[in-house]
Amino acid sequence: MKRSRKYRSEETKDKISAYLYISPFFIIFAIIGLYPAIFSIFLAFQKWNGLGEMEFVGLQNFSVVLQDPTFWKSLYNTIIMGILGTAPQIIVGIILAFILNQAFLKFRNTFRAMIFLPYITSMVAVALVFGVFFSSNETALANYTLQLFGIDPVNWKTSEWGAKIAISIMVFWRWIGYNTIIYLAGLQSIPKDLYEAARIDGANVFQQLRYITIPLLKPFIILTVFFSTVGALQLFTEPTVFLGSSAFSRTEAMTVVMYLYRDAFSLQSFGTGSATAVILLAIIVIASAVNTYLSSGIRKRKKGMRT
Amino acid sequence: MRKVKAGRFFVYVFLIIASFLSLFPFYWMFVMATRPSAAYNSMPPTMTPGTQLVENFQKVLDKIPFFGAMLNTLILCLVVTLVVLLISSLAGFAFAKFKFPGKNVLFVAILLTMVIPPQLGLIPQYFLVAEFGLLDTLIGAMVIFFLNPLGIFLMRQYISQSVSDELIEAAKLDGCSNFRIFCSIVLPIILPAFATLGIIVFTATWGEFLWQFTVLRDPDMYTIQVALSSMNTTSNVDFGMLLSGVFWATIPLVIVFLMFNKLFISSITEGSVK
Repeated sequence: MKRSRKYRSEETKDKISAYLYISPFFIIFAIIGLYPAIFSIFLAFQKWNGLGEMEFVGLQNFSVVLQDPTFWKSLYNTIIMGILGTAPQIIVGIILAFILNQAFLKFRNTFRAMIFLPYITSMVAVALVFGVFFSSNETALANYTLQLFGIDPVNWKTSEWGAKIAISIMVFWRWIGYNTIIYLAGLQSIPKDLYEAARIDGANVFQQLRYITIPLLKPFIILTVFFSTVGALQLFTEPTVFLGSSAFSRTEAMTVVMYLYRDAFSLQSFGTGSATAVILLAIIVIASAVNTYLSSGIRKRKKGMRT
Repeated sequence: MRKVKAGRFFVYVFLIIASFLSLFPFYWMFVMATRPSAAYNSMPPTMTPGTQLVENFQKVLDKIPFFGAMLNTLILCLVVTLVVLLISSLAGFAFAKFKFPGKNVLFVAILLTMVIPPQLGLIPQYFLVAEFGLLDTLIGAMVIFFLNPLGIFLMRQYISQSVSDELIEAAKLDGCSNFRIFCSIVLPIILPAFATLGIIVFTATWGEFLWQFTVLRDPDMYTIQVALSSMNTTSNVDFGMLLSGVFWATIPLVIVFLMFNKLFISSITEGSVK
């Protein structure tokens, strides 16, 4: 009798402790996560300059944003830079990881560390260094290199494709090492005797890549596709810092988050800024779902083709 | 046999090219940090270090409060890391070792918060911080990073694998309170996980830009990222000075990374793959 009461009180104590231990996260989340998110959705239906009274305007903010050519331009830019900056990483990352995983390789850790090193630099640092590298004068290193191949110098900060390519290259440079080590972790989980068996059956390197590496790496590919999609749609720092003073006045490399930021903090139009944030949320949810679905379908489609 | 050797040769060539492309911007940043801005216009481009290392850095110090910004960033990252470690390990402990109503629902809810993009709440967060008078303060600049659902997830995984139930039962029989168990039994066991999560959080926070760019307007409160970017806002910027600033802000991280690169890489991998 006494014992069971003691047990019961012990259980209650445990429950109280547990709720107490998880409460910091939920309290902070309520204040700086949930409340702002809900308030953002509320604000998307208001007209507000940050100081005066809010005025309910229904869906007007959404129609303003969706009819603004600059919004569509920034969405287009975001998608193009997202594809250019992240899609090649999947291919190059898998190749690099495949090579780094070869048993005969010497200095494996050194190579791995070097390829990973760009990831520890900040996006601001990368954008500034590449900003000088891709500056618009003829003597800039990028333009000098192009001239060696007989190509005319490019205005990297003001031309439509120049800005996008320069920004995609810096995204690629900073993230390739990250994706490579994720794939490498995946490869290390594939049993070595699978390759051994394939080699005995006469499979060459490309067949090994196609029939063993890629299918077994699928969960890791899905993971990086998901991260890349979400990250690419939130692109802000690289273009903003790369373009410097002209970041918010030109549209060659303006992204959706830059458009949002400009509406809110330069033009004091917090209603349309919030509407853009809600639209961005929808785009991110849809795009990451679609991309994750597509990348998880890789193997299924191949199977379907073979049978 | 010859075919295999040729294949290996190409593997090394490929890796050397990849490493060169990875490292070149670091080397070039160092070259530019030691050269006067005029060197930038020379043809062919300068590829060897010059003598202006100190002069260029002096210009950086005249332009931005470099050391203040580094210190601000260091404090910000340390506080964020400690707070995240504390919140995550406590919550992870609760989710790993306690039974309570709503446990699974709450855990899934935490994971779902990862899906919300940080930009969704940006505008209200700004007004919230302004309302509390925290614009241009380090607290204001760090508060949104206290939320780290990934941390709770990692800690729950680690605690449920490495802290045995018997150990906790035994401590309870000895009359230890739950908090005492956390402090003297759980914490020592999960120190390796602290290293992993700490590295992930510290590196990510160090590189943050958008939020600090939004709430910090006073140069004395700048983090290093905002300070560096502020050097690039005029059209006629001195490249030697600019890259000197970037170089000196980057080099401490590079040194720390090279010292602990295995730990770094395994932390980042674990944080993503778990």
